[in-house]
Parts: sequence; C-alpha cells; structure tokens
Amino acid sequence: MKAQSQQVQALDGGLPLPTKLAERASLGKRIRRNWELYLFVAPALVYFVLFHYLPMYGVQIAFKNFMPAKGIMDSPWVGFAHFERFFHSYYFWDLIWNTFGISLYALAVGFPLPIILALAFNEAKNGLFKKTVQTVTYAPHFISVVVMAGMIITFLSPSSGIVIKIMAWVGIDAPQFLTDPRWFKTVYVLSEVWQSAGWGTIIYLAALAGVDPQLHEAAIVDGASRFKRVLHINLPTIVPTITIMLILNMGNILGVGFEKILLLQNSLNMESSDVISTFVYRTGLVDAQYSFSTAVGLFNSVINAILLILVNRIAKRTSETSLW
Amino acid sequence: MNVADSAIKSSRGDRLFMLGVYVFLCIALIVVLYPLLYILSASISSPKLVNAGEMWLLPKGITWDGYTLVFQNSKIWSGYLNTIIYTVLGTALNLAVTLPAAYALSRSDFVGRTLFVIIILVTMFFNGGLVPTYLVVKDLHLINTMGALILPVAVSVWNLIVARTFFQTTIPRELQEAAQIDGCTNLKLFVRVVLPLSFPIIAVMALFYGVGHWNSYLPSLLYLNDDAKYPLQMVLRQILVLQEMTAETTGAAISGDIAKAMNSKAETASLLKYAVIVVSTLPIIAVYPFLQRYFVQGVMIGSVKG
Repeated sequence: MKAQSQQVQALDGGLPLPTKLAERASLGKRIRRNWELYLFVAPALVYFVLFHYLPMYGVQIAFKNFMPAKGIMDSPWVGFAHFERFFHSYYFWDLIWNTFGISLYALAVGFPLPIILALAFNEAKNGLFKKTVQTVTYAPHFISVVVMAGMIITFLSPSSGIVIKIMAWVGIDAPQFLTDPRWFKTVYVLSEVWQSAGWGTIIYLAALAGVDPQLHEAAIVDGASRFKRVLHINLPTIVPTITIMLILNMGNILGVGFEKILLLQNSLNMESSDVISTFVYRTGLVDAQYSFSTAVGLFNSVINAILLILVNRIAKRTSETSLW
Repeated sequence: MNVADSAIKSSRGDRLFMLGVYVFLCIALIVVLYPLLYILSASISSPKLVNAGEMWLLPKGITWDGYTLVFQNSKIWSGYLNTIIYTVLGTALNLAVTLPAAYALSRSDFVGRTLFVIIILVTMFFNGGLVPTYLVVKDLHLINTMGALILPVAVSVWNLIVARTFFQTTIPRELQEAAQIDGCTNLKLFVRVVLPLSFPIIAVMALFYGVGHWNSYLPSLLYLNDDAKYPLQMVLRQILVLQEMTAETTGAAISGDIAKAMNSKAETASLLKYAVIVVSTLPIIAVYPFLQRYFVQGVMIGSVKG
C-alpha cells in the first residue's frame, strides 16, 4: 500500500495526471469522462426529489382546501385561513408553551451534562474502569423509543414501579408521574438525559483529544492545579464545539422528541404533553384535516428556521464560531 | 525539578479533585446501569416478588416463564421476523444508494458536485412535513407495503456527508489517478479499489442504518395498517405502551400451564414485559461493545466539518 502510493507520487512529477489534463479539457469532455459518476448519484437524487422536494411542493395545500379527489393542483386556494384558525384557537398558546417548555427544559438539563461528563472522562486514567463507564453510559443510546417509553411506564407504575417503591422506602410520597400534568415534562427530560448524556460525550471527547499538551506542561510549571487546568485549558478548547452543538440544538427546538412524547401521551397528561408535532400528527393523520395540519407544520418549520438563523447570528457576533 | 515541586505542593487539592471526578463517574455508572440490571433481573424473577418491590437488584424466585411466554407468542415471533427482513433489506438499500453517491460527491473532478451537494443539504433545513410526505407515499401506492418503511428513509443526509468525508480524506487521490491511467473505469475503480479500502465506513454506515431500522416504529405507525406486517417495535408498543393484554398479545400461553401457575393475568403480563424488553434489545446491546469503536469513529468523522 505504502510502496504503491510512493510509486504514484513519483509519477506525479513526471507524467501529466489525468485530472490536470481534465482541468484543461472542455466542459463537455469533463462531463463525458465521468459519465458513470452521474449514474452513481442518480438513485440518491431520485430519492431526494421524491421524498423531500415533492413534499415541499405539496406544502402549498397549507394555503388551499385540499380535496383528495381533486389533487394538490386543483384544490381551491383559501389564503391564510388555516393559519388564522390555528392562531385564534384556544389551544394555540398551550401548544406553544408546551413545545418551548419541554425543549428549553431538556436543553437546560441535558446540554451541560455531556460536557461535564466528557471533561471527567478526560481526567480519568485510561483503564478498565473508564472503559466500563463509557461502554455502559453509551449503551442506552441504542434502546428504541418504544422500549424507553415502556421502561418509563413500568418503572413509574403507581402499583408496582420500582421508582415508586424506592421513593416510598426513602420516605417520599410519590406523585402520579404518568398522569399528573405537572410531572410530564420532568419525566420526559430526565429519561432523555439518562438515555443520551453518555453518547453525547463522544463529540466533546474528540475535541478534547486536540488539546495541546504543551499548554498543560506550561500550566503545571506555573503551579496551576488540576481543576484550574480543566477550567482554563480544556474547557476553552472545546468552546467552538459547544457553540456548534448549541446552535444545532436551538435549530431543532420545535421538532424535539415527537416520537417519545407521542408514546407517553395520555388523556390525563395531555394539557402539558401536547406539542406542535403531536398536534400535527393527530389533526393530520388521525382526523385527516390535511390542509390545516400542513399549515400548522409549516408554521413550525418557519419558526424553526428563524430560530436557527437568529442563534447562528448571535453566535457569530459573540464568539466567531457559526454554522455558516 | 520545578515541575515536581509544584506537583507536590498542589497534590492534595489535585487528589481531592480526582476523587471528585471518580465519585462523579461512579454515580453516572450506577444511575445508568441500575435500570438495565433491574430489567434483566426482573425478567427472570417471580412477578409476585417484583410487583411487591421485594426484588430490587438480584433475581429472586428465579423463573424462566417470561421467556417461555415470549417464545410461545406468535405475534412477537412474526414481529421479530418482519423486523429482521426490514432491517436487512432496508440497510442493503441504504448502502447501495448512499455509498456510490457519497463516492461521486467526494471526487473533485466531478462536474456539478457543488450543485448536487446543495440540493441535498437544503433538505436538512426545509422539509414538507408530515402530511405532504404522507400524501407522496400514498400517491406512490406504498401504503401498507414494505416500501413505505424503507424507501422514505433510503438516504440519511448525515450519513451521506460522513461517507463523503471519509472517501475524501482517507482514499489517496494518487491511487485513484494511477488506476485511471491504467485504464480503469470509474465503476471498476469504485468496486475494485475504493470499496476494499473502505471497510470501516461500510461498517459504520451498516450499523447506523441497521440500528435505525431495528428501532424504528413511526413509519409503521403512519403507513402500515395490517397487523401481520408489523415490525417488532409495533408489537412492543402494543405490549409495553398501550398495554393491550388481550389473549392475542399475551399469546395462547394464558390458557396453558404457566397461566395456571400464575395468580392473575396482570402477573403474566408484567413478566412478559420484562422478558420482551430483554429479547428485543439484547441483540443490539450485546453486539454493540464489540463494534463500539466503529460507532465512535462514525460520530468523529461526522464531527469533522466538511
């Protein structure tokens, strides 16, 4: 392998390489030379057109009164009627509050934890213990949402759940976690943290591997304690990664956790568990109000895009790290 | 000398700090591990003791009835079989579409690649949403077919970018050019030269996509209406979440020997729950530590912006 690439490098000096030739060749020739590559991307492009661009075209039914018999094109326009109906509905503010509430709660608790955990992993000595903790904390990432929801329901069952038993043993009177609306968000967020905090450390550990050891040596000479070095060397090194992750998280704030919320929702906790995405699912596919549901979904996407752009701009101004 | 001096001076504070680090990691370990061990123990413990809260860590009143119930349950079997079929075919389709496209987009002499990349990246920020996507799937006559489960997720933009970055950074460009000088066509180059050098990325892609198919329930909820086609996760949803403890879900076993040994339907149901969680999750959790470095590698390649 190595000998081969050396040989190739020797070639580089002598013969004109095909790409260099190609750069000089006409556009038509360059396209014809690599005609097979167009076949390589074709299936993927067909996929994106069918399942991403066609639905984008279909978004117009948000401004129409979609009738399946007439099709997307011929259904009559209604302007912003569906949006107005949504904004003026009695559940509008509940949905907004729940969506933002759950997302921001999850962000506040779930975002710092992987960072702290990664910094701790980075300090621990490489060995069996560290490897075990890493393997175990990564594992819940692979548990499906359905099993996760099943575990939550089983553990919190008022009659037999182990969490309830443990709380009783400690002497706490456990609330009705699954049916009391006040507890829904906490149950959602804590289970989310349990499942994803470990896996979330990987990206920070990758960034921490890039810390310059000379900085640590110099700091040791200056008598900096271990804690101070973590705080003033390791943490600043991963700030760009933290910023990028924060932007990405903010951009997804309204899309959060749809699959799990749908599974944990019941008629008793609905007032605090119903979010925009579950509402879109219910009105659209259960009640078949296609146009209205699409309008609500479009509203969701627009807010999402605005948030992403806004956060990216703030990040750019304050830290010089941004997505684009 | 100086270094050693200050190291000794600050060593008490440092030792305290390290103690804190290890205590923190121990807490993390216990918090994550405990629920997993509890489920494993509960699946082989007497449901009476589990429900009474007497079993809290180690199995008590060991019984394998839970697993007998799972294996006698035809719904779980058919769900398992369906999931294996969807996962294998879905992952094969994912790889067949993602890898060639990622390779083509990694080639700097590929005219039009910027345009294609933009077309693909746009879909990360804008999407039609639930209903318009549903209408497309319906118009393509995919409702209630396997196609609805694997075609709408044929490519993940994230995985495509990860694979492209891999091809760009690890396959030496000189090697490809040398092969071309020897008269190798692009197809031959991809199949004979690039793919054999790409085992790590093929493994990562297969694992990411495969786990996705194995764990997915939403597409089946949206697009399937025939119980016989349900994958394992939909059967799990009926048992664990909707708690449909009909004779059909808990299986014929309710009228069998095990039922006689149990006091109530509820006990059978609770035993079945723990066992089915283990049976459905174990394949992934057991395999994952051996493949951990590939998963980790995948996330890392993805984190390199490109």
